[in-house]
Amino acid sequence: MDLKEKLVSSFLAFENNIDVDHPVHDIRSEAIKNFEIKGFPSKKEEAWKYTSLSGLQKTNFSIFPKEENALEYREVKKYFLHEIDTYKIVFIDGIYSSYLSETTHDGVDVCLMSAALTKPMYRQIIELYFNKVASTEESLTTLNTAFSKEGAYIYIPKNKVPKKPIEILHFSTGNEASLMLQPRNLIIAEENAELQVIERHQSLTENEVLTNSVTEIFAAKNAIVDYYKVQNDTKKASLIDNTYISQKDTSVVKVHTFSFGGKLTRNNLNFYQDGQHIDSTMKGVTILSEKQHVDHHTLVHHKEPNCESHQDYKGIYGERSTGVFNGKIIVDKIAQKTNAFQQNNNILISDKATINTKPQLEIFADDVKCSHGCTIGQLDEEALFYLQSRGIPKKEASALLMYAFANNVLESVRIPELKRRINKLIANKLGVRLGFDL
Amino acid sequence: MLKIDNLHAGVEGNEILNGINLEVNAGEVHAIMGPNGSGKSTLAAVIAGKEEFEVTEGTVILDGEDLEDSAPEERAHKGIFMSFQYPVEIPGVTVTNFMRTAINESRKARGLEEMPANQMLKLIREKSELLEIDRKFLSRSLNEGFSGGEKKRNEIFQMAMLEPKLAILDETDSGLDIDALRIVANGVNKLRSESNAVIVITHYQRLLEYIVPDYVHVLHEGKIVKSGTKELALELEEKGYDWIKNEAVV
Ligand SMILES: Nc1ncnc2c1ncn2[C@@H]1O[C@H](COP(=O)(O)OP(=O)(O)O)[C@@H](O)[C@H]1O
Ligand SMILES: [Mg+2]
Repeated sequence: MDLKEKLVSSFLAFENNIDVDHPVHDIRSEAIKNFEIKGFPSKKEEAWKYTSLSGLQKTNFSIFPKEENALEYREVKKYFLHEIDTYKIVFIDGIYSSYLSETTHDGVDVCLMSAALTKPMYRQIIELYFNKVASTEESLTTLNTAFSKEGAYIYIPKNKVPKKPIEILHFSTGNEASLMLQPRNLIIAEENAELQVIERHQSLTENEVLTNSVTEIFAAKNAIVDYYKVQNDTKKASLIDNTYISQKDTSVVKVHTFSFGGKLTRNNLNFYQDGQHIDSTMKGVTILSEKQHVDHHTLVHHKEPNCESHQDYKGIYGERSTGVFNGKIIVDKIAQKTNAFQQNNNILISDKATINTKPQLEIFADDVKCSHGCTIGQLDEEALFYLQSRGIPKKEASALLMYAFANNVLESVRIPELKRRINKLIANKLGVRLGFDL
Repeated sequence: MLKIDNLHAGVEGNEILNGINLEVNAGEVHAIMGPNGSGKSTLAAVIAGKEEFEVTEGTVILDGEDLEDSAPEERAHKGIFMSFQYPVEIPGVTVTNFMRTAINESRKARGLEEMPANQMLKLIREKSELLEIDRKFLSRSLNEGFSGGEKKRNEIFQMAMLEPKLAILDETDSGLDIDALRIVANGVNKLRSESNAVIVITHYQRLLEYIVPDYVHVLHEGKIVKSGTKELALELEEKGYDWIKNEAVV
């Protein structure tokens, strides 16, 4: 049985364990129908030309973990941003771990999707927001919607700011030979609210994991959302991240994606500007080695006048790794005075590595400023020699240049401890120890 | 200290240096002059170990050791320093972090511990004062947006930090006004001692009034065609290079 059939037939078993009378269930039923018709995307589709899911579809993934698994904090401490105090929403093999989590209802809700989807007190908000920005067409998103049950639920009311950043962590223990996870997150920042989220998926063994995640983010008027995705998973872990963001007037949403690990990673990052004077920012640092593959597909839909979007993705590709950047910008006819910037710069440090980069602009307004640029290059030999001639060995000199290359993406990370952490991850990834924090 | 014997080097089969012989002893200052394109920068880069240039014949020996197989960083660890004619801009790496990395890598290569942070800061302060470099420069990206003169001064600052045994200054004087020239020359002279040596590559006599050479060599078409004492530099300034070229043909 291939993965699609297995998923479709598992839906019945899934229904036995949830409240089918809840209005969300109609959404799930619609979604599974869509997935059944469309199936997994194939390389024939333009958007999936460079990323193949065919290998994953042949893997015999468990759709539901057979048992609950526990972890001791000390085993996984290093994956938390433990230098500072944070709220934590932690899942082990897809199941919420209250032991490792620190949730809150103190003025803000930092808790569980399973609670939000079942308890009457959340019903109104769920009806307003659930599946309202996520695609009802895109097959992998609808697959997630069909099985939506667990994940992070964050609700920040008007004028509120949570006391600390929020970490969403997904661990997989490897107790299943191969496991598929489908977390579903809903994040709502009401007017003037502000929050910071760090999301990480971490496999603890070399067993196969496939995560198909959907996150919906709503930023109301004047809200500020900083979202950091740390993708540094093991060689057998694949991630399809589908993030949908709806922004209202003068809101600011920044998403940073740090992709250093994993086997196959696909980031579908979609911004919809439903208001004026909005700022949408997407930044990414990708550093790959071996046969790793990362595909960044971004979309900014400028639907109203006077908004901005900024995209800055940097990639460093070594060994046989492959990268994709596809940045789509749509500017509707009424969206005059749009400023849309997009930049994708890449360094290939091996002649076996490849990157496919493509801007995709659909501009229907006439008074707009749009700029885009992509570069693919090697490390600057002259700069390397300069550093070496000062006594810095070639390996360290290369690393220093790569750091420098990625550096301006890190500048906008607003949590200093996270920035330090990312710097360390970069140093590890480049296999060097530099005598300072950048 | 440095002994260059019948050195031939070039790029992709094009010979740029064809048979250089040069001996530099500890405590000496040598000036290398010559028209544009005669191979001065190539000679400096070959001594510093730039892999772009292929050495086809001859040897470069430092303190009795053939440098043929030494990477640029190893040559730096052995005490060679080249001040670049065109210093490279490196956005995203601050002068301070760059210097810290360079010093500690050299120490590591010599089996020493990293320099403690406070000692490093003290050294940076001392040397930047010597070169009259504004503190603000130290937290800027290396050479990025620096004026020509600022870049050159920054090169000598690096030299002062690294205290090399053999310093090669490739047209460090170009782009400097007279005050900056004096500051830079002072920085170089502070480093001079019985145990180290300087090779000054220049077009002009001007710098040599401040850094007085023991020997002057004229490079032409990849060969040293004339050597003499500091008076030769004056003669070149007066007469230009044509007479040397003619002499070389004869
Ligand atoms: N990387 C290179 N590739 C090809 N030719 C070079 C390269 N570097 C220098 N040359 C050539 O070698 C000659 C000497 O150059 P250079 O050493 O820079 O001279 P100088 O410093 O005396 O002005 C010139 O003809 C120059 O064009
Ligand atoms: Mg030159």
